Amino acid sequence: MASETSQTTRTFLIDKVLKNFSGLPDKEVSEKVTVLRRHRISKPVIYIGTGTCGSIAGARETLKAAEAYLQEKKIEAEIIEVGCIGLCSMEPILDIQLPGKTRLSFQKVTSDKVDGILNATFNNSPPPEDVIGQYRIPGSEPWANLPHLDDLPWFSYQSRHVLSHCGVTSPHSIADYIVDGGFKAFYKTVLNYTSDKVCEIMTQSELRGRGGGGFLAGKKWQIALTTGSDQKYLICNADESDPGTYTDRMVIEGDPFRLIEGISIAAYAIGASNAYIYLRDEYRQPIRILENALQQAKDYGFLGENVFGSGFNLTISLCISGGAFVCGEETALIESLQAKRGQPWAKPPFPAERGLFGKPTVVNNVKTLANVPAIIINGPSWFRSTGSRSCPGTKIFSVGGKTKLRGIIEVPMGIRLSDVIYKIAGGLVDDLPVKAVHLGGPLGYCIPTDKLDTEIGYKTLNEIGASMGSGGLIVLDESVCMVDLAKYFTAYLQKESCGKCIPCREGTKRMLEILEGITKRPMEESDHETLERFKGVVQLENLAEVIRDTSLCGLGQNASNPVLSTLRYFREEYEEHIFDRYCRAGVCRELRTYLIDVDKCTGCNLCQKKCPTNAIIGVPRNPHFIVAEKCTGCGICFDVCKFSSIYYK
Amino acid sequence: MLIPVLQAVQEETGHLSGEILEEVGKYLNLPSNKVFGVATFYDQFRFKPHGRYHFQVCSGTHCHVFGNPNLLMEMEKMFHVKAGGVTRDGKYSLEAVPCLGACEQGPIVLINNKPYPGMTPEILSKIIESFKD
Amino acid sequence: MLFNIEINDQEVSARRGETILAVLNRHGIKVPTLCNMTGMTPTGSCRMCMVEVDGMQGLVPACSQPVEEWMKIKTHSARVIQARRTLLELLLANHPDDCLYCAKNGNCELQDLAEELNISGRKYHQKRRPVQIDKMCPSIERDPAKCILCGRCIRTCDTLIGVSAIDIIGRGGNSMIGTSYNKGLNYQGCVKCGQCIMVCPTGALSEHSSIEKVMEVLHNPDMMAVIQFSATTPGSIAEEFGLKPGKDSLNLLRAALRMAGFKYILDTSFGADISIMESAAVIVDRLKKKENLPVFTSSCPSWVHYIRESRPAYLKNLLPVRSPQQIMGTLIRDYIIPAHNRPPETIFSVAVMPCTAKKAEAEQEEMIHEKYRSVDAVLTFRELVRLIRMMGINLTDLEPDPTDTIHGIRSSAGQLIGVTGGELEGTLRTVYQMMTSQELQPAKINDLRGLKETKEVRIKVGKEFINGIAVSGLARAIKLLDEMEAGKTPRYDIIEVMACPFGCVNGGGQKFYPDEKAMKARVKAIYDVDEEEMIKVAHKNPNVGLVYEKLLGNPGSARARELIHTSHVSDKAL
Repeated sequence: MASETSQTTRTFLIDKVLKNFSGLPDKEVSEKVTVLRRHRISKPVIYIGTGTCGSIAGARETLKAAEAYLQEKKIEAEIIEVGCIGLCSMEPILDIQLPGKTRLSFQKVTSDKVDGILNATFNNSPPPEDVIGQYRIPGSEPWANLPHLDDLPWFSYQSRHVLSHCGVTSPHSIADYIVDGGFKAFYKTVLNYTSDKVCEIMTQSELRGRGGGGFLAGKKWQIALTTGSDQKYLICNADESDPGTYTDRMVIEGDPFRLIEGISIAAYAIGASNAYIYLRDEYRQPIRILENALQQAKDYGFLGENVFGSGFNLTISLCISGGAFVCGEETALIESLQAKRGQPWAKPPFPAERGLFGKPTVVNNVKTLANVPAIIINGPSWFRSTGSRSCPGTKIFSVGGKTKLRGIIEVPMGIRLSDVIYKIAGGLVDDLPVKAVHLGGPLGYCIPTDKLDTEIGYKTLNEIGASMGSGGLIVLDESVCMVDLAKYFTAYLQKESCGKCIPCREGTKRMLEILEGITKRPMEESDHETLERFKGVVQLENLAEVIRDTSLCGLGQNASNPVLSTLRYFREEYEEHIFDRYCRAGVCRELRTYLIDVDKCTGCNLCQKKCPTNAIIGVPRNPHFIVAEKCTGCGICFDVCKFSSIYYK
Repeated sequence: MLIPVLQAVQEETGHLSGEILEEVGKYLNLPSNKVFGVATFYDQFRFKPHGRYHFQVCSGTHCHVFGNPNLLMEMEKMFHVKAGGVTRDGKYSLEAVPCLGACEQGPIVLINNKPYPGMTPEILSKIIESFKD
Repeated sequence: MLFNIEINDQEVSARRGETILAVLNRHGIKVPTLCNMTGMTPTGSCRMCMVEVDGMQGLVPACSQPVEEWMKIKTHSARVIQARRTLLELLLANHPDDCLYCAKNGNCELQDLAEELNISGRKYHQKRRPVQIDKMCPSIERDPAKCILCGRCIRTCDTLIGVSAIDIIGRGGNSMIGTSYNKGLNYQGCVKCGQCIMVCPTGALSEHSSIEKVMEVLHNPDMMAVIQFSATTPGSIAEEFGLKPGKDSLNLLRAALRMAGFKYILDTSFGADISIMESAAVIVDRLKKKENLPVFTSSCPSWVHYIRESRPAYLKNLLPVRSPQQIMGTLIRDYIIPAHNRPPETIFSVAVMPCTAKKAEAEQEEMIHEKYRSVDAVLTFRELVRLIRMMGINLTDLEPDPTDTIHGIRSSAGQLIGVTGGELEGTLRTVYQMMTSQELQPAKINDLRGLKETKEVRIKVGKEFINGIAVSGLARAIKLLDEMEAGKTPRYDIIEVMACPFGCVNGGGQKFYPDEKAMKARVKAIYDVDEEEMIKVAHKNPNVGLVYEKLLGNPGSARARELIHTSHVSDKAL
């Protein structure tokens, strides 16, 4: 997996590429760089996206099939494993670059399609129905009649700064990163800037934490830098546990060196000689990729003692988390690193003043750190010019739902939510109407359709009563039950609550019970029960407010967001569940009304035998009937009927 | 130190028994109650052995909302065991796991760490049949 | 640096570095707290002390938020009260409704809060997880269903006692306080000191009750109940019933116990005197032979338990002498009562102690002598108060009872044992005499006085010096052992350890909750007795002389070793 580069290439890369700031490379250097960047190739190159989701879609089998094909045909070609380009709904993705021609991207290339596609392309007629698009490579001939990737709305509306290498260059080769300008920022930093200066640059850029907190990164660094201590720590928070969000993983699997560079600069800025990357244990592949990347960085002298002869020492270590969503909270993370239960502590003291082992500690999200190198190279005013005036920079989202295209995107701040849904993701399949958008995962908010024109930004989202979150964006259609969604998130948070403080530990339990009461059917239905459910919902709002006001950490403080936001915009649906015992999306199983189609029913009597409440009446060999008042909606009859004569509304 | 040690030990032994925790406590000079208190906080650590076939159902948002919200419940009915438990004969164990991050291919079930994307109860029944021998 | 801030529209002074709670306390403004512990860093986990601060988001925890000049604070606004009530309702939702049957009825912080916040109904109905009560330990019972996870017991056990016998297990709503694999308290390093019970705000922790057993005996005409009370009891009785500490409260205590039906009422300090005699003999012997030093005192059962279970290498250092309670029990059965020709099975020996570990101690195998337990039941001080009240005894109306002085004579050295440093002081007085044939003058050793965690003394005995140290709080003792092993301490000859911080006056069986002011009063009561008492040394107690004459022979004799000594063996929990 690791690409080997000879000592000469290493020296070349460091002396001629990395350390060159003059911008006027000599011809020889320029030539070599072009080759190393694969802008001019002598033999075909096949790129396969073997990130985690690609692998699960079958990319490893695709890889084996490609290898087999090349061996069989005795074609000499290079196969490079890359990360994910973000078009997850089209995986496995395979790119072919023939000498002299631009690189071509193919979608859904499962192992059975490899031979066909490779054959056709090597014979200069790639099948257009499998093509996603082609890259633009200077000096290479574009393919006729095939779209360019950057013309596709999915890509044209994005601003891929942080993700520019993901799915494009190899995450296993530090050479690929350096030849594209990598580690220049780190070199510039340690040789030209004081720690103070770096903090100043970051503050001027107005970069905000991309983990969801939105705190000014430069300010945090400044606090840590100015707090006197013999030891400081930088921690990269890669514990990404938001269900449905894997933006951090994408960066790690696609461009680990960018992250390492960001961490190094941040460590320098606060005066830390020890940095930790805190990864969740489920991320097996990212762990391997990072271990390999760190080793290469060490081999190149970018980590260790006296980096670039500057006197700066840096060790970056990997720490694998034991598995808890709450450990994404910075104080809980630090407790976990100190081998304790991952329970947050009451702030103050803030980690930047007193954190890991009592020393000043800065905890930054992967995406925040991945933004750092570009800010150093291009300057803070460049960063402020990206995105929108009130909110510079880009934001990486995991787009999901029944959209035509799904995956990970990087958009400039200021873009409208509606543009993300309709222009980038192409709207919903079958042009289904959008019901709402859920932003921010379990601690996030749902945004109704009349607010989808909102610009993405910290302030703009706060104004509509929502917030940025860590990057989860799910487009909901009518098949989604909002009450069930709120229940799902609340159940998740209840499970993940650390249990330290009363409002979160007990409060989320009670909220969940109230929601379960709404979506389940008791054995005996009565007006009293209805009143109880209604009272429950009223209590819910009061409870949610107290939980928000009194919880110790962000998890508790935001635990009631899904419930409150769905209640605010979809109160009717709640009332249907409570009063009419009806789930319009048909998701709440126990609220389904089961009916027997008399034309299909053969009277086999099986459902009557299995019904736990004796709600089915009928004579053998005659169509049966379900008594609605006795039916609890368990669905057993539906499951056992061999003639598909039972359906539900 | 404690968490990496527990992770390494579990890698070897499969689960953490009482004796193992005592040993770890002695090795790190920590009371066994503290070790247990820390270990039970995290999802990763198991205190009972798995079944021969261990089923992990992804409980991520996409697998739930757009996949099959009832998959776990149906599997519990199928195995007659609640999530987190092992069947009496020790053959099957069932666990709900946090989002695996392969939302495109949901609903996902891992069987002995091998991912099975697009799982349905029908496919599952066939797989279990094949395990019966 | 002092500045003014606004609390409830009034200007008050505050100091930089103080928390809001400290300021509120100083000005007598009360906000509820459940997890806060004096002297320990706030965890901020109960969220009951939240207050409203102008300009700050949400509500702010007073216990952990430092105070700033610009703050305008409201401690009882509608929003704050609403929050407190909701939090309490959340706690109550999970809490059993059996106040009437609970050991903490009337002494429960949850009850107090429910009353203060006017909680009028159960708002949340839900299924509660069935939880087993842990009765494994002979001293302490745990009912996790009543636990509100305030964490005070854990912090006490971790920081003050140092054995971490319990910890939080699980996560979130499944959290509970328990032991490794829920094996029960007896298995996991618990030294039974009961300090956890003292800080628990609810009935989740309580002592294993012996009241019923004692009541049965008291109502049985065929049985004779005998009782001994610890040195701390008279002072605590005075405190409980609002009496002046001193001879009066002691005699009223005796009157109450007689009225309850106890036929013999004896002072454990007498047993302490015997313990001092035997201990002094062993110490003198070891000092001469320079072996098995330093000597560790052995009257604290939690300390002895700790050594036996976790540091068996030091078994040889422990004094092989039983605790005063057990000595007294032996004397009762083998010396005091036999004169009355009663069949031994009709005698029921009870002890009143400020301690829960004594319950476990009394049940130990080695405390059985010729088929009978030296002490049949131990009542904590709290249990005694319940007993007195149950029997309708109104202490203030009684005639003081000065009888039983025959066996009730004790030196003031014996009763010093109730305070940290006291056992060492009392013993040194007799050691001095045994080594020099002269009395230690003055008898009072100032270095060993006061409510301090560590007290050191160096006294000249003849041509040599004896170095002694008294520590309290088992965690402090454990630290001392570690420091000794690392060679970081000077050489000590005698080490006194009391597992409870500041000694038995703050024992796990005393009145709920630890109170510094009350403790100081209890200590003063004991020191005052030492001031006023004529017999300040064990070896001058005429009763002690009688015991040796009639029963034991000489300190360290074979008979003494049989009845008063014990052998310490390593025991991994039963």
